Amino acid sequence: MKKRVWRLLPLMVFTLLVIFLWRGLSLEPQHLPSTQIGHSLPEFQLPQLGTEHVFSTQTVTGKVALLNVWASWCEACIEEQVFLMQLAQQGVLIYGLNYKDDTADATRWLKEWGNPYQAIGEDHRGKVAIDLGVYGAPETFLLDSHGIIRYRHVGILDAKSWQQEFLPRIRQLETA
Amino acid sequence: MIAELGLFSLLLALFFAALLVIIPTVGLYKKKDNWISAAPFYATGQFLFVALAYLCLTFCFLQDDFTVLYVVSNSSLSLPWFYKLCAVWGGHEGSMLLWVAILSVWMLAVCLFSASVDRAFRTRVLVVLGAVSIGFLLFLLITSNPFTRQFQNLNTQGRDLNPLLQDPGFLFHPPMLYMGYVGFSVPFAFAIAALWLGKFEPAWAKWTRPWTLAAWCCLSLGITLGSWWAYRELGWGGWWFWDPVENASFMPWLVGTALLHSLAVSEQRQQFMAWTLLLAITAFSLSLIGTFLVRSGVLTSVHAFAVDPQRGLFILCFLLVVIGGSLLLFALRAHTLQKVINPAPFSRESALLLNNVFLAAAMLTVLMGTVYPLLIDGLGLGKLSVGTPYFNSVFVPLMIPLLLLMGLGIHLKWQQDNVKSIAKRLLPIFIFAVLCPLLVLVVLTDHLDLYCLLGLILALWIIFSTFRLVILRGRQRGWNTFGRAFWGMILAHCGVASTVIGIAVSTAYGVQDDVRMSVGDKATLAGYSVQFISETPINGPNYHGAQAQFLISKAGVEHRIYPEKRIYNVGQMAMTESAIDANFFRDIYVALGEPLDETSWSVRLYFKPFVRWIWGGGVLIFMGGLLAMLDRRYAKVQKPVCNVHAHEVQG
Repeated sequence: MKKRVWRLLPLMVFTLLVIFLWRGLSLEPQHLPSTQIGHSLPEFQLPQLGTEHVFSTQTVTGKVALLNVWASWCEACIEEQVFLMQLAQQGVLIYGLNYKDDTADATRWLKEWGNPYQAIGEDHRGKVAIDLGVYGAPETFLLDSHGIIRYRHVGILDAKSWQQEFLPRIRQLETA
Repeated sequence: MIAELGLFSLLLALFFAALLVIIPTVGLYKKKDNWISAAPFYATGQFLFVALAYLCLTFCFLQDDFTVLYVVSNSSLSLPWFYKLCAVWGGHEGSMLLWVAILSVWMLAVCLFSASVDRAFRTRVLVVLGAVSIGFLLFLLITSNPFTRQFQNLNTQGRDLNPLLQDPGFLFHPPMLYMGYVGFSVPFAFAIAALWLGKFEPAWAKWTRPWTLAAWCCLSLGITLGSWWAYRELGWGGWWFWDPVENASFMPWLVGTALLHSLAVSEQRQQFMAWTLLLAITAFSLSLIGTFLVRSGVLTSVHAFAVDPQRGLFILCFLLVVIGGSLLLFALRAHTLQKVINPAPFSRESALLLNNVFLAAAMLTVLMGTVYPLLIDGLGLGKLSVGTPYFNSVFVPLMIPLLLLMGLGIHLKWQQDNVKSIAKRLLPIFIFAVLCPLLVLVVLTDHLDLYCLLGLILALWIIFSTFRLVILRGRQRGWNTFGRAFWGMILAHCGVASTVIGIAVSTAYGVQDDVRMSVGDKATLAGYSVQFISETPINGPNYHGAQAQFLISKAGVEHRIYPEKRIYNVGQMAMTESAIDANFFRDIYVALGEPLDETSWSVRLYFKPFVRWIWGGGVLIFMGGLLAMLDRRYAKVQKPVCNVHAHEVQG
């Protein structure tokens, strides 16, 4: 009898391990929620690209909109731009935050790849991006009509994450 | 078209794997001879279609077919072609395809090189391997299809292969590691086949041992290459980080080492059968758990691939079936194979048993440290990580008795040995092994590092005792009686000693310095003068950056080395390409840190004595295993049966 128990021991150890691994699956150690979600946009005033206007917190509030962080030095942004152009054509409001960039480079880049933005703030030193907790470009924030951040997407925004993450939230915001 | 062909091949491979499991199994129970002998045919079919799928994916990479999602995510137009070949396994989906491909290679090898194994038994082995393949092929097809198309029009050059992986070390490290990982499926299949058969098979250990050696060799070399890659590429001058992914490869190695030694007892003395079976199951289980840890994203790691809980769930269910099932089978059937003989306390059996105990304990401490963050998180006690101090403080004390035992165990006789005669033989050697390093360290170094001394004593004890054995045996039995397995053991044990020397000396007497340097500046490091000569901009195929030139001189001997700082164009990731002036006894390692202003850099300098011995030891261990695998006693039995096999083919 004693011998049998010894032989079951590896199975028991393994079962215990599986229980913890299974729990581990739902824990998501790499999930990095933005501390900003649910908070209002930080107050900022930036020069607006291409015009004399000011790009401020008030510019982007009023309607549900996207705030997209991009730069002309960022290759992934080029890839994202096709999709952003499609969204803009569908009538989605997109604002740009030009991150640590040069005005001339940014203008040239927009001419080459298209401009889906309603207005663009020039964050030359990346100060606003720091307040937003931006990792790097591209990054996209979903803002409600009061300028409260509802969702944050790190990396290239594509059709999949648009349909899975953004659309349901936008519908919810619009019906509320 | 090519991508669809690849997907179709995978489906066909799954079909063949299913046939491989069903037909011969039915054949075994219904005693249909030609159904049983169809197994190698189905295994070969599976291999051919998996190979075709792999070639299709490679072709997609070489063609820059960016409509394939996996290609666009892991390659770029400017990536050099040989890195495109590596990019095939640079991401999650492709690396799983490599897993299956290597499993199929091992299956083919079992078909070709195990003619000595009883045919019904070999069929069972192939069936078990086929069942494992089904699991992985389903995993590929359901959750991680590498051939998925994407139809968005992207303005892209491709997202590029992770720059960390763009290194020559990476060309060989993952396939080698996988060869080892997956190779443990063969001993596993032999163990399951034995349990399935449910009766004691005297030749079992002899059949299993060369396969275990083959897998273990690949794993040893894979780990060595990985450590060498980390040392050169990560820019911290470290060669082992106790990272979860490294641990995932190290645990099967520890158990594999235990398995090799316990198989020696099973082969020579027909003992420890149940324990050996358990080890064979455990080694492969740890490979699977390692795969789970890396693929599911439950642990954070520098190697972590894309995280997807669905994949994790699939692998977890697969683990449950494969490992849970095997362990249950073990619990129910192990007693049928066991001949219980308690070995005498002072015998080679006992020494090997102790070796197994220490190795298993070492594996459990590594496993504990690796999953501890999960346990704590799972119990809701917060998030934490287990670092190097834990591993060093529990692992090293376990290695000390193990290394002592290594020097002693090889001298012991089977069954029973005499304490007095062994003591008389080994005591002078032990004293010599203590005095030698003590003298060397006192004379050559300015301070005596006790850990280093301990490491050197253990290493020299192993080397001296091994040489003593060679001389004794040569005198007693003649110099031409040594088999390859014996030489393999000698080589591998010396390899372990070499690694211990490397670790002890480089840790104790290494020097590290972080300095600010401009062009023309000079720094001194452990008696060497290191001068920053020049800095030039560079432009690679898919990166740009700066290359510096350093002049290293001591006593009139000069060497120039060229560390680089690279910025990869896609993703803007900065990489440190360290430069090393290496020789047999020491490395001078220079890595560029951050540019501080227009002219000066933060520069990291390391002096690492004997650091090469660590990987040299790994290579010796690999060669030792290879030599043992080629021993005559594993090849001899094959010849007559090979002819029978040929006869079969003709008939």
